[in-house]
Amino acid sequence: MEAFLVSMIVAATPLLLAATGELVAERSGVLNLGVEGMMLLGAVAAFAVALSTGSSLLGILAGAVAGASAAALFALVALGFSANQAASGLALAIFGTGVSGLIGQGYVGNAIAPLAPLLPADSLPDNGMLQVVMGRDGMVYLALLLAIAVWYYLTRTRSGLKLRAIGDDAESAHAVGLKVLPSRCAAVMFGGACAGLAGAYLSLAYTPLWGENMTAGRGWIALALVVFAGWGPIRVIFGAYLFAAASLSQFYGGTLGISIPSQFLAMTPYLATILALVVISAAGSRNNAPAMLGLPFRPTR
Amino acid sequence: MLERRVSPSPLLAILSPVIAVTLTILAGFALFAALGKDPVKAMEIYFLSPFADAYNRSELLVKAIPLALIGSGLAICFRAGVFNIGAPGQYTLGAIFAGGVALHAPEGAEMVWLLPLCLAAGFVGGMLWGWIPAILRIASGANIILVSLMLTYVAGLLLDWLVRGPWADPLGRGFPQTARFPEGALMPILLPGTRLHWGLVIAVVAALALAWMLYRTRRGFGIRTMGLAPKAAIFAGFSEAKTITAVMLISGGLAGLAGAVEVTSTIRQLQPEIAAGYGFAAIIVAFLGRLNPLGSLVAALALAVTYIGGENAQILLKLPKNAAFVFQGMLLFFLLACDTLIHYRIRVRRVAGGSA
Repeated sequence: MEAFLVSMIVAATPLLLAATGELVAERSGVLNLGVEGMMLLGAVAAFAVALSTGSSLLGILAGAVAGASAAALFALVALGFSANQAASGLALAIFGTGVSGLIGQGYVGNAIAPLAPLLPADSLPDNGMLQVVMGRDGMVYLALLLAIAVWYYLTRTRSGLKLRAIGDDAESAHAVGLKVLPSRCAAVMFGGACAGLAGAYLSLAYTPLWGENMTAGRGWIALALVVFAGWGPIRVIFGAYLFAAASLSQFYGGTLGISIPSQFLAMTPYLATILALVVISAAGSRNNAPAMLGLPFRPTR
Repeated sequence: MLERRVSPSPLLAILSPVIAVTLTILAGFALFAALGKDPVKAMEIYFLSPFADAYNRSELLVKAIPLALIGSGLAICFRAGVFNIGAPGQYTLGAIFAGGVALHAPEGAEMVWLLPLCLAAGFVGGMLWGWIPAILRIASGANIILVSLMLTYVAGLLLDWLVRGPWADPLGRGFPQTARFPEGALMPILLPGTRLHWGLVIAVVAALALAWMLYRTRRGFGIRTMGLAPKAAIFAGFSEAKTITAVMLISGGLAGLAGAVEVTSTIRQLQPEIAAGYGFAAIIVAFLGRLNPLGSLVAALALAVTYIGGENAQILLKLPKNAAFVFQGMLLFFLLACDTLIHYRIRVRRVAGGSA
């Protein structure tokens, strides 16, 4: 059971990081489907820097920078050139997969020491459960703090209110003097940095090595997660742990006494997301779904 | 600073794909040079080797077949302003349906109808998978982009389960694959000595039929109007729900047909990896082909170059398989940016003391 919980926390962390970032971008009205590509670029950059400098901290930073730079590329096309956001996002996903494979070619087969726990093992209380919760690496807690900070930012600050206004009605926001495109660009780049962190977590902590396509679809799950959580940051935390548990049940299914084929368990996050989307959409405007999600905005004056 | 043109530039509408391809090659050159690989050699293998000999050229057409089939369907869909990005899932369902028919056909008996039945089943499978996002969109307003994307992953897992579970080859020694399809379910070869098959004819006929539908029928007019001016289309009496349903059924069906064609021609059995990635690449095909089904035929060849070039580079330059995606991603980025310039012009505005 404790092994399962540790795996769940570790599997949930990249999902939580990537989804938190994507949530901010989407709440500003921008749908960036390129999460998978940004994660891969983050993963390869983090691994390359951590391997050559020996510093995981620099690796993590490199991951965030790589993710944000990739997001800037998307922002240039989708916001600067007002291109179709879904198509631009797919371009980023495809591009990121390709470039990360090319950059990472020389790093295949190298290994580094996994990220160390935040608190040294001997300082932890002598309790299995508390050790599970407290004995994790720093990025696990960073992901949680980040989601809470985003919740606070979006619901309790003036700047967060403005960002939501831009996501719901860019025309009106522009009319009252808010800077729509710069704000959206910042939100998208924050999303990219978070996706880069998620990638860094995969290549520095989850499986401390680089492999082509190592994100294995987690970027797409993170996209689903944002929708599943109804664009709420706190619900993203619960969703990330739920999705992680669902993805792990394929390995732990036997020991937990579940006899459903693993593929059907793996389907549940996607099916649950469709269900959530239908319920949210049918409920109309009384929800967090950004009204202008995916629609381009070009100021006319 | 972008400024809207009074009317779209017809010249740029045609030139945009050419500019995008040129920029992609230039950027690829720079990228390979920056990564310390020989850029001349790399570009030669990526963009010239696919045309080098008869075998490469036939393989180019083989790769272009599924891309053209999916791309021309997506062209119709995007024309209507419906963004179906679930083509990989619809392709997979088509492959599953075709495989189901091929694997469960009674043994023996000369069956000339088996292949047509497989292809029809594939079309239906893709249609069903495309229909779901349409129904949910019409019933609840659920976003088609997101629903069709989610269904893609469901389809992949469904295929994975089938080939490892109920449909696994009993003689397959545990490999995740079905038995080989019977002879009657296989696509005949068009050009002896190559892998080029009759799917090429299907793809060309499908594109012609779609182009006729789009430009010569009332339904096609409705689809084009719905994409350009939804309110005008609705006011003119075209039903939004019917248009969405029609384009999702068409594009889903064609993606399904592409899946059916692919598993009955080059793969000849079901396995977890059936190149469903064509479904994403076909989005680039649709845009590159100017959202015109006939344009998709040409664009499919361009995308096929990246695949064949990528395979050659993998063998000759030991580059990773995914490196070909660099070109596909850049091509789409450049194309989207260039397309903006059809409707906008770049205006450098001089502000006192500097430029903005």
